[in-house]
Amino acid sequence: MDSRTQEFLEYVQSGGQVETGDWLPDEYRSRLIKFIEMHGNSELMGVLPERDWILRAPTLQRKLALTAKIQDEVGHAQLIYRVVEDLGKPRAACLDDLVSGKAKFHNVFHYPTKTWGDVGVIAWLVDAAAIVSQKALLKCSYAPYARIMKKICWEESFHILHGRDVILAMVTGTQEQFELVQEALDRWWEPLMHFHGNLIPADEDPMYVWRIKSQANEDARQQFLDGYVPQIRELGLEVPDPALRKDEATDRWVYTEPDWERLRAVVTGHGPASQDRIDFRRRSREHVEWVERLLLAEAA
Amino acid sequence: MIYEVFRQERKGQPFAHAGSVTAPDERFAEIYAREQYGRRQESTALWLVPRRALREIDEFPDEFDLKYRRVDGYSIKARLKEARAAAENAGRLRGAVSAGEKST
Repeated sequence: MDSRTQEFLEYVQSGGQVETGDWLPDEYRSRLIKFIEMHGNSELMGVLPERDWILRAPTLQRKLALTAKIQDEVGHAQLIYRVVEDLGKPRAACLDDLVSGKAKFHNVFHYPTKTWGDVGVIAWLVDAAAIVSQKALLKCSYAPYARIMKKICWEESFHILHGRDVILAMVTGTQEQFELVQEALDRWWEPLMHFHGNLIPADEDPMYVWRIKSQANEDARQQFLDGYVPQIRELGLEVPDPALRKDEATDRWVYTEPDWERLRAVVTGHGPASQDRIDFRRRSREHVEWVERLLLAEAA
Repeated sequence: MIYEVFRQERKGQPFAHAGSVTAPDERFAEIYAREQYGRRQESTALWLVPRRALREIDEFPDEFDLKYRRVDGYSIKARLKEARAAAENAGRLRGAVSAGEKST
């Protein structure tokens, strides 16, 4: 590593932040683009599981709330792609890579939603898992990204409340409604445990080394479990992992280790809904291409 | 075109940079900025500025070390101690204030 890069590394490791116009080492820039791009892709793909339910939501209020949540997520994607563009990768290239399967998005968006219970579990627990990671990103060494994370975290907090409200309505309803939630939780637990990534120690994780992430994967997972296992259990729901418990000696959660190969398969496009979702994105992009062309022509 | 968005949270607060939007023209920039930064009534006002209109200055050379313009360019403590002692010695102190007491 040359001395300028070494200096940069020491600067970010001691809490320093950088702006778009600053000199950035090539490795830092490319890792940053990949990380932020994946986040943008995830926001865009994340609307698809929920979009399916707008017409099927049980009440008008839920339809409106779901629509507002989806609008927020697309808005986040736009904010995030804007940051990627300023780093040197045009939005069109990001979308090309997304629909070709070359770029990744979070594991949780590769799964189908089977019932309204899924919609509640996603808005409550998947968004909660995401907000743990997103709070850590408020300290990202790349300041433009850290700044948009403030707005994103603020809006995500409504999403979690909406999700929790959906779940609370169902667990205080009929036995059938309660079972819908439990069944959804049973299916979503594995993706949730995968969400924060594998057990790579912080000092071996390049994202942490460059202070793009400010937290180790396992610390994020522990934080999620600390916050949400009690919330799940107080409703009488069961976490579908009999090994899950908090170890008193270490003050850490102990659980059945997820299958990391399965996670790798999912995020490389082999999840149950991966191809459907990617195909949908590609088709909608083709359908609106004429609008983009028209706007750009008018502006020119 | 890229437009930078500054938002004011409440009256009296400064306009702070909130992000940017890409838009073909001012009309669309306003629509997008309203959606992104105003749909929850979270801002009292927005400023939209085409990025090319912004000029950043980020170097402030101080070749002459102009400390006299700054608070850290003055060290009062030693001189004040000296001045109080001198006033006491010369019998100029009237009333209760002496070298040992501190004025506000």
